[in-house]
Amino acid sequence: MAPELIVFLVLGAVAVGSALGMLMSRNAVYSAMFLIMNFATVAVFYLVLGAPFIAMVQVTVYAGAIMVLFLFVIMLLGAEHLERRTGLDWQKPIAVVLGLVLLVEAGYVLASGQASLPAIAIPEAGYGAPAQIGELLFSQYLLPFEVTSVLLLAAMIGAIVITRRDAPKRKKN
Amino acid sequence: MNETLLLILEWTIKGGLLAFVLATGFAYTTFYERKWAARLQIRIGPNRTGPGGWLQPAADGVKLFFKEEFTPANAYKLAFNLAPILTMVPAIVIMAVIPWGSEIELFGRIIPLGISNELNVGVLFLLSVASISVYGIVLAGWSSNNKYAMLGGLRSTAQMISYELALGLSFVGPIMLAGSLNLADIVRAQMAAGGWFFTKWYVIYLPLAAVVFYIAALAEVNRSPFDMPEAEQELTAGYHTEYSGMKFSLFFMGEYIKMIAVSAICATLFFGGYDGPFVDSYPLLGPLYLGIKIFISLGLMIWIRAAMPRLRYDRLMSFGWKVMLPLSLLNVVWAAAVIIFFNAG
Repeated sequence: MAPELIVFLVLGAVAVGSALGMLMSRNAVYSAMFLIMNFATVAVFYLVLGAPFIAMVQVTVYAGAIMVLFLFVIMLLGAEHLERRTGLDWQKPIAVVLGLVLLVEAGYVLASGQASLPAIAIPEAGYGAPAQIGELLFSQYLLPFEVTSVLLLAAMIGAIVITRRDAPKRKKN
Repeated sequence: MNETLLLILEWTIKGGLLAFVLATGFAYTTFYERKWAARLQIRIGPNRTGPGGWLQPAADGVKLFFKEEFTPANAYKLAFNLAPILTMVPAIVIMAVIPWGSEIELFGRIIPLGISNELNVGVLFLLSVASISVYGIVLAGWSSNNKYAMLGGLRSTAQMISYELALGLSFVGPIMLAGSLNLADIVRAQMAAGGWFFTKWYVIYLPLAAVVFYIAALAEVNRSPFDMPEAEQELTAGYHTEYSGMKFSLFFMGEYIKMIAVSAICATLFFGGYDGPFVDSYPLLGPLYLGIKIFISLGLMIWIRAAMPRLRYDRLMSFGWKVMLPLSLLNVVWAAAVIIFFNAG
């Protein structure tokens, strides 16, 4: 087997395993840890695909920042133990049926041979380098970039307004 | 194929060397701290083990090795065992992108000094590993199932998240001046000819960024005056209250190796990395200069610990958000102004 294939298979197994672990774990802290492991594995996938910038941002933003906040909230609320009965039992049969439908669908597509994609050309050296991403963001994708930043600013102001304590009421004239 | 094998051998040797230097460095940083803090407080410090006390770290190591390892009955075992490892590993891994020197020729091969110092996202690597290193402490606090440990873990999470922003933004100045996320490029940009040997160092152009970085780094490695997570008077020992034996010493190692790592990062970003007199003609001087800079920075950290009182927790958080964050945003503007007015970068 080619080394790339071995790496892919191992990473794939870890990614799927950690995703399953996240769903099945009864302890919310362990679920969060499995999710972090999953994010880290996906970051390694990006590295293997030759996109180090995305890989590092993936780790910093998802595994580093967002999941720390998740963990913080879980620990602060002491909500790590899930109750056995969740009140969502009616979803189980539907989930089984829909999952089977999805599997059959995927199997049909694979068997009918429509799933193969044409091979893409290997990107030239320096593709996905930070300098190139920066140039693209500030030229071709400037508008979406600015719109996203305004959106994030609005979300941030919203968060601050929601958590603010009520100011002392103003006297009416 | 032969070339690949040689490359793997080269990396293994360099990785082993780095791990060895960091482990020894950890042991002697504890000694350095005890001796230097003792001098600052007009004491003598450890002086009985070996000549001048120089074997003290070895004795400490042997002692910790033979201590009983105790696991609380109600601890979450998996996380409890995993937490010291998760603290220790990022501390070593983060050093992989620090350049130790330029290149040397050995056995007819050109060997770059540093493990992956030419990584084109080196600075982002630093940030991502730093952001991962919170988990060890959080998990240690939670898995011990102890109120003091839990409070210590929560405090340190909040502290590290808050100061990470200032830390990340203080990286922006050197990145802008060098025009690269590659740490070796940042050092080379500071070494470029012009003036005396240190006049191109970024600390001259960005003094505020260097100060913000240093304070945020102290908070990030939980050093005094930001050692709230392990404030003895209120939290016994914070997140590592329940740890003993080798597991405790892994936390201890993690903390000291992190001190070495942030000193190395500080030297690389603001103090010219391995730059120094005659380093162009004798590349082997590079690691020596970097070591001297790390040594000075460690001495400063110990001095700060010996001299400063601990901040109160709410003061610490409001200092992080209301002083450090605006200052680090100002740094970005400052770096832009430096580029325009001094034509640097």
